[in-house]
Amino acid sequence: MRYGRMRKHGLEFSMKIVFAVCACMSIVAISLIAIFLLAGGLPAIHEIGIVEFFLGQRWAPGDRYPAVPDFGVLPMIVGSIYITLGALVIGVPIGLFTAIYLAYMCPRRIYVFIKPVINLLAGIPSVVYGFFGMVVLVPIIRPFAREITGGGTGESILAASILLGIMILPVVIGISESAIRAVPESYLEGALALGASKTRSVFCVIVPAAKSGILAAVVLGVGRAVGETMAVNMVAGNQARMPTHLLRGARSLTANIVMEMPYAYGLHRDALTASGVVLLLFILIINMLFVFFVRKGR
Amino acid sequence: MLRLLLLLAGGCVLFFVVKQLYTYLPEPVLRRLVRFWDKFFLSLTWLFAAVTVLALGFIIFHILSSGIPHLSPRLFAVNVTLGDVSMFPAIVSTVLMVVIVLAISVPLGMFTAVFLVEYMRTGSWFVTLIRSAAEILAGIPSIVYGLFGMMFFRVFLGLGFSILSGSLTMSIMMLPLIIRTTEEALKSVPDTYREGSFALGAGKLRTVFRIILPNAMPGIFAGVILAIGRVVGESAALIFTAGTILQIPSSLFDSARTLTVHMWRLSSYGQYVNETYATAVVLLLVVLSLNAVSGIIAKRFTKT
Repeated sequence: MRYGRMRKHGLEFSMKIVFAVCACMSIVAISLIAIFLLAGGLPAIHEIGIVEFFLGQRWAPGDRYPAVPDFGVLPMIVGSIYITLGALVIGVPIGLFTAIYLAYMCPRRIYVFIKPVINLLAGIPSVVYGFFGMVVLVPIIRPFAREITGGGTGESILAASILLGIMILPVVIGISESAIRAVPESYLEGALALGASKTRSVFCVIVPAAKSGILAAVVLGVGRAVGETMAVNMVAGNQARMPTHLLRGARSLTANIVMEMPYAYGLHRDALTASGVVLLLFILIINMLFVFFVRKGR
Repeated sequence: MLRLLLLLAGGCVLFFVVKQLYTYLPEPVLRRLVRFWDKFFLSLTWLFAAVTVLALGFIIFHILSSGIPHLSPRLFAVNVTLGDVSMFPAIVSTVLMVVIVLAISVPLGMFTAVFLVEYMRTGSWFVTLIRSAAEILAGIPSIVYGLFGMMFFRVFLGLGFSILSGSLTMSIMMLPLIIRTTEEALKSVPDTYREGSFALGAGKLRTVFRIILPNAMPGIFAGVILAIGRVVGESAALIFTAGTILQIPSSLFDSARTLTVHMWRLSSYGQYVNETYATAVVLLLVVLSLNAVSGIIAKRFTKT
């Protein structure tokens, strides 16, 4: 009896330790990711020079003798920012209005049909989106690009922005819809009682009240758009120079890594790792903003 | 580009200035204006909701309608050479990868959630720490996971381009999803179950494994299926870890491409557009049905 109890307690204790160790794994994972990326990237940034790395406008890792290779990631940073901004301009209004529609104007019968479909679409692989952009969006944009900029294949910032705008829709819709639904019913009733029409009440009372939740949705959308790799790589054209025109190509940080890593070695490779660090920094800032807006909402 | 942004900013400023002028307008004009904005916003809402549904619907419809006619036996041929279009090897390696990823990430994530919910007080610093770690993990883009997997599993641990490197990388990626869904499932098990179990003399461990986990199983299962869908759909994290070689892996240390990577390679060749469509159909059907099943399980579970 006594032995049995001892053994049972031992098992209880050891399993508790096992659970605790498992729980620590995500912290271990984060630390490993940070250590390996920083160890690969920071020496490269130091060797290239902080200013040359972040503000250099020329990315030419292939240049050897007699020219000097250049590792300026500014074109990629600007490319990422332009593409993300474009995605927001397209995705946020459409997503927000759709969320408002789902929360306040949608008949129950249509809602039970639309809502699961939108959730389902969050799971479409980015390669499928990218392929769709390649075979549908790019050919549509091509004649306009030729007409307006006098060249180009249609692989452009615009194509990437439209595609990313569609891709962030499920995220933006999901989070802003729940934010709008979290606004107390009494707000709407109060506005209606004051004589405002339903549309006016929704847009002038409910939406401002759900502001922080909507901002959180936008920030999460930004995170998705900045981190998206394959779809952007397939439609953005990927020219490693400062973006010149909406209808011309640009290269994002993510596309830069995925394109050049397979054949990179030495400093080139470490410079790519360093651009991964830049990406990670972006994401951390975005995450902090997200947490900030979510807390503010409560 | 910059001009466009300035134009946009200018438009926003103009809008707010005009809005401020409203108060000085005479009553009938104001009334008409308000009615106009009402109609404008209402129609915009309908329009944008329609745009969402049509855009997403069109993508699915386009892929299915262009891909289904090209589904041929050639695409499922068992014997392949390098650079072939058959997706059979890719399907085998995808299944293999899903199994390994689940074998690693499900116990890890589940035990983490059990520790957070059953053993720790809610709101303790340890819980907050791990939860924020999981949140950060969830936000890291897949290409960064790919870089990390390349540097740690492939080079540092010497696993090379292999199914194993890819699976380990994906397991870390799936952790936050499994942790969150399991946590929610555990929390939805009523406390009376725990009290009843303790009252009958069961220990904590027995309560967890015999009472709590079985009751939380549907929720956990929904999360696991969602994770399968994510593994199947992932590509950027696998290119540098599992590699892109089209072959049926004979061991865990062989390089192989999953279905999504296979589709990406096909699409980049240019002459295999029809085959790419067909591969996309298979991929889309698998991922969408997995997500649908997960959604149905989660819904049924929360209702009862």
